[in-house]
Amino acid sequence: MTTLLAGPGGRDRGGRRAAAHPGRYRGLWNASPLTYLTLVVALALSIFPIYWMIIVATRTNSVVADVPPPLLPGGHGGDNVGRLFDNPEAYFAKGLLNSAIASAAVTVSTVFFASLAGFAFAKLRFRGKNGLLLTIIATMMIPVQMGIIPLYMIMVKLGWQNHLQAVIVPFLVTGFGVFMMRQYADQAVPDELIEAARVDGCTTFGIYWRVVLPALRPAAGVLGLFTFMQTWNEFMWPLAVLSPDNPTVQLSINNLANAYFKDYTLMFAGTSVAILPLLVVFIVFGRQIIGGIMEGAVKA
Amino acid sequence: MTTDLRPGRNGPPTASPAPAPPGPRPTWRARLARLDVKGAPYAFISPFYLVFLVFGAFPLVYTLWVSLHDWELASGTREFVGLDNYDYLLSDADFWHATVNTLGIFVLSTGPQLVLALLIANTLNRRMRLPTMFRIGMVAPLVTSTAAVAIVFTQMFDKDWGMINWAIGLVGIDPIHWSSSRGWSWAAIAMMVDWRWTGYNALIYLAAMQAIPKDLYEAAAIDGASRLRQFWQITVPMLRPTIIFTVIISTIGGLQLFTEPVLFSVGTPNKMDGGPMHQFQTITMYMYDNAFGHDRYGYGATVAWALFVMIIVFSLINFLAVRRTGGTK
Repeated sequence: MTTLLAGPGGRDRGGRRAAAHPGRYRGLWNASPLTYLTLVVALALSIFPIYWMIIVATRTNSVVADVPPPLLPGGHGGDNVGRLFDNPEAYFAKGLLNSAIASAAVTVSTVFFASLAGFAFAKLRFRGKNGLLLTIIATMMIPVQMGIIPLYMIMVKLGWQNHLQAVIVPFLVTGFGVFMMRQYADQAVPDELIEAARVDGCTTFGIYWRVVLPALRPAAGVLGLFTFMQTWNEFMWPLAVLSPDNPTVQLSINNLANAYFKDYTLMFAGTSVAILPLLVVFIVFGRQIIGGIMEGAVKA
Repeated sequence: MTTDLRPGRNGPPTASPAPAPPGPRPTWRARLARLDVKGAPYAFISPFYLVFLVFGAFPLVYTLWVSLHDWELASGTREFVGLDNYDYLLSDADFWHATVNTLGIFVLSTGPQLVLALLIANTLNRRMRLPTMFRIGMVAPLVTSTAAVAIVFTQMFDKDWGMINWAIGLVGIDPIHWSSSRGWSWAAIAMMVDWRWTGYNALIYLAAMQAIPKDLYEAAAIDGASRLRQFWQITVPMLRPTIIFTVIISTIGGLQLFTEPVLFSVGTPNKMDGGPMHQFQTITMYMYDNAFGHDRYGYGATVAWALFVMIIVFSLINFLAVRRTGGTK
C-alpha cells in the first residue's frame, strides 16, 4: 500500500513525516486520508440530487415506494421522455425552443455589447469615463426583480406580454458583463497593439473587431457561459410575463409540477431534460467555469 | 498623420501640424477620424446605458411612484394614495410574517453555507491528487436549474415517500413533516439553498486563500501554531474582504428567495402562499402574489421597495458586523 501511494513524488511519506514533526511546513499542505474522505463526502452530496433525478427519470412510478431506494438507472427513460413531450399541458417542446432562442439571443448580445463597452472603458480615452464606470459598478448591486412590477407595466404598454422578446430585450447587456470585460481587456490587450492598428488606419470599431475581440476570447467565453446558464435558469420574470401555454423550459416543468405533482417519473424526466444543456456545458466547460468564478472572486 | 488621429491633442483643428499636401480629401478624412475617436467610446458604451435606463433604473424608481398609488392593471384603477400603502405595510401582519420567514430561511442557510464553504476551501487548498475533479464537483449544483432542482428536493423531502425521511428513519428518527411545520420547512428550503451555493462560495474562498503568502504559515508553523490555530489566526483574518463579499452576495440573494419556496409548495392551490399557513412564504412571493395574483400592483410595489431598503440595510449591517468581528481579533 505504501509503495502504491508513495509513487508520485512521495507525497504520502511527506505527509507522515509532517505528522511526526508538526513543525514542518511542507506537510501542512499535503492532503491526509481524512481530507480525501471529507472531499469525497462533499462531492457525493453535491452530485447526488442530480444523480437521483436521473435514476427516477429512467424508472417507473413505483420507484418512490421502493425500499431501499434504487441506486442504478432503469430502462424507462425513453418512455418517460416520450410522455413528457406528448403531455398537452406542459408545452414542453415549445418551452425548450423558447428557452433556446432566448438564451442564445441574450448570450450573443451580452457578449457583444459587454465586450464593446468593456473595451471602451479599458482602452479608450473619453470624458466622464471614471464616473460612468462607477455607475456601472453600482448597477451591479441592484437586483432586476426589484423593478419587476414597472417592468411588467412596460411590457404591457409595449404589447410584449407573453411574447418572447419580453424575456430577451431587458437583458441584452448587463453591468456585470461590462465590468468583467473591462477588467480582462485592461490586462489582455497591449496598448501598443491598439496604437499600431490606429496608425495603420483602422477605425475604432475595426480595432475592436480585429484586435480586441480576438484577444478577449477567453473572457468572452466565460461570460457567454454564465449568461447562457443564467438565462436558461431564469424563473420569476418569465413566470410573471409569459403565460403557461407559451413557456420557457423552466415554466414547462413548473406546469408539470402543478398538474402532475405525484407523477414523479414524468416530473423528473422534465427536470432532467431541462438541465441537460447545462450539464453538457458543465461537462465540457467545467474548468472554464471554475476559472471564471475564481477569477471574478479575486478581482471583486 | 499619426498626430491628427490622437485624441485630445491640444486645441483648435486649424493647429494641425501636419503639412497636409493633398488638399480637402485628407481633411475630410481627418475629420471623420476625429469623430471616430471622440464618438466611438460613447457609441460603444451606450447600449448598456440604454438597456439599463429603460429596463433597470427607470423601473426601480418607478416602483416608488407606483407604490404611492392604488394601482390595478386589470380593473384600470389608478388612484394616488400617498403613503397609505406604506402605512398599511407597517401594520400588515402578512408582510411581517413573510419577513420573519425570509429572515429565518436566510439565517438558516447563510450561516452553515459560509462556514461549510470555508472548511471545504481550506481542505481544497491542500496539495492533493485530482484537484480539478474535486473543484469541478463542487460547482455541479450551481450549474443546474434552480427550478428543476427545487422539484427534485421537494420530492426528497416528501413526508411519506421522501428519501430524507427514509434515511433518518434508518437511524431511528421519526419521519418529519417537512412542508407543514414552519421551522422544518425553513430548514428544508435552507438546505436547497446551501446545496446550490456552498461550492460556489468555497471556490471563491479558495481563490482568496491561494493569494495568502505561504511564508505566513511557514512562520506560524515554526512558532508551533497548530493547523487549526493557523486557520483561525491567519486564514480567516486574511479572508475578511472576501468573507464580506460573500456575505453581501448571500444577503442579496437570500432576501430575494423565490424559486425554491415556490416550487416547494407543489400541490398547494396557490403556490405563492408558501403552504396553507403561509409558513414559508417569503417577501418576494408576497410581493409577487399581491401584484400578479391579486392585481394590487401599488401595494406590490410598496413591498418591493421595502425589500430593497431591507437589502441595503442588511448588507450594511453585515458589512459592519463582519468588519468589526475581524477588528477585535
